[in-house]
Amino acid sequence: MDFRLTDEQEMFRKVVRDFAEKEVGPSAAERDEEERFDMDLFFKMGELGLCGIPWEEEYGGSGSDFISYVIAVEELSRVCASTGVTLSAHISLCSWPIWKFGTEEQKQKYLIPLAEGTKLGAFAITEPSAGSDAGGTKTTAVLDGDHYVLNGTKVFITNAYYADIYVVIARTGPKELKHRGISAFIVEKGTPGFSFGKKEKKLGIRSSATYELIFEDCRIPKENLLGQEGEGFKIGMMILDGGRNGIAAQAVGIAQGALDFALQYAKERVQFGKPISDQQAIRFKLADMATRIEAARLLTYQAAWLESAKLPYGKASAMAKLYAGDAAMYVTTEAVQILGGYGYSREYPVERMMRDAKITQIYEGTNEIQRVVISNMLLRD
Amino acid sequence: MKIAVCVKQTFDTEAKIVLKDGKISGDGINLIINPYDEVAVEEALRIKEKQGGEVVVVCAGGDRATEAIRQALAMGADRGVLIKVSDPDVDEYARAVMLAEVLKEQAPDLILCGHVAADDGSSQVPTRTAEILGLPHANVVTKLEFADGKAVCTREVDGGMEVMEVALPAVVTCQVSLNEPRYPSMKGIMQAKKKPIANVDAPAVESKAKIIELALPAAKQAGKKIEGEPEDTGMQLAAWLLNEVKVEVKQ
Repeated sequence: MDFRLTDEQEMFRKVVRDFAEKEVGPSAAERDEEERFDMDLFFKMGELGLCGIPWEEEYGGSGSDFISYVIAVEELSRVCASTGVTLSAHISLCSWPIWKFGTEEQKQKYLIPLAEGTKLGAFAITEPSAGSDAGGTKTTAVLDGDHYVLNGTKVFITNAYYADIYVVIARTGPKELKHRGISAFIVEKGTPGFSFGKKEKKLGIRSSATYELIFEDCRIPKENLLGQEGEGFKIGMMILDGGRNGIAAQAVGIAQGALDFALQYAKERVQFGKPISDQQAIRFKLADMATRIEAARLLTYQAAWLESAKLPYGKASAMAKLYAGDAAMYVTTEAVQILGGYGYSREYPVERMMRDAKITQIYEGTNEIQRVVISNMLLRD
Repeated sequence: MKIAVCVKQTFDTEAKIVLKDGKISGDGINLIINPYDEVAVEEALRIKEKQGGEVVVVCAGGDRATEAIRQALAMGADRGVLIKVSDPDVDEYARAVMLAEVLKEQAPDLILCGHVAADDGSSQVPTRTAEILGLPHANVVTKLEFADGKAVCTREVDGGMEVMEVALPAVVTCQVSLNEPRYPSMKGIMQAKKKPIANVDAPAVESKAKIIELALPAAKQAGKKIEGEPEDTGMQLAAWLLNEVKVEVKQ
């Protein structure tokens, strides 16, 4: 057993941290305030090779692994959770299913520009009445000659509007077939009949783009079916298994950013004639925060290691996401408490981190759903 | 063009320097490529991208210096040479002799270095190396171009700039304003693993200078706080400047 990162992973972490601190962090508060998605930041990540970390070089990737991928999401999220989830959704939710289930033609056409970071990806499963219950998908895809015709609405779609390539889950069979009648498709932005609804106004991760997708008799070529007809539910669930680990990494990054800031503040803030870090009440908070972050990180890296080693990782990534999300909420709340009135002020970054942390307990399967997933696996074994 | 870049591994510029037994303690300190040398690596890569050729990174240092070479390889350099130096306190003369020996063998068309190291700041090694090799050198260069097999170097001089032409091969030292070094890409990091680093033993050469003592700068004195109403504080400040700082007032 060896808990050390490889030399390449260590160097990569340094590079991403440097990039995050210089290129991403300085504008994080402003982008949050303005609720502004910055496409140029995504292109810069592409130049750095962040957009295709785990994919083979022949598909425009870096030929690395899933551990390096979670390190990238973690380091970006440490300074800006919105940028972290942009990359996580791009890689785990859109690129991964094309890499895993795509035909050679689909990989050539879609995976390469995604990996090179010239095109942004998104994934659409959630609907107004189908969140945790994805089997209730109402968006339909009906085969008509050489095309599937899509109708329906998707909500809370990360990276939407700015993304060029969408993996969309839709119903191809009758309702009675439930999750066996669902399929996955690749849809390009600009396809007639595909438009965007309202932009979501959110509590946190405000500089990540979240929009509604609307499909009205949207005709997509038959060859854009991803996998087989009827495999969509399985594909969707597998996407979320991996995506959860990206979110776990995002949560670890947010929490680390909050701890780093609170720690520095506690050393400098003087009350009653000494730094507040001399007070046991503050010290104990810092110790608990650091311990939970470390546990969350180890769960996250373990799940990424399992995926890189091609071992089952579904339970591990559900545990990582559940624990890391809760840890991020706890740590950021304590960070605000350590900063007191200043923590509540937008002058300091910890209130943003606390707002950003909340979503990690909700998306890509609420933490309640994670407990369902984990307990199902426990009871099945 | 075959370009050799000399890099030195230095302490992270943000590291807190601690003296232990009269020496700088390396415990828990991050090591980086000297930031000026990073500019030299970047310049070499840009020349290669424009003209083709090869970029060889040469570093004299201990085992950990391999990390510095790997980083340059991850940025895009082709191969590295590590001159294994067991004594970290070798002086500039000895370092120059070591580098010159390897550089002579490599026979590059151009040798790029940072103009100063961020740690000891001696600015001696590139010039000494050029002298040993009998090559022309241009220091503190802010712009580098090539024409008719010669290097046209714009360099910083006191209060202005100077454009200097040197025949190749030559040693050119880089100022930070020359370029903005790139980040190593993820792909570059993965490829760096496969690039060769040759290890050579340092030739036996005795240092001519020896560091006798190291000391940290005196701790910063606490400031003086003057309190009260503006008319009083003004008087107090003037009196303090005159009597304690002893500012000379010219009539």
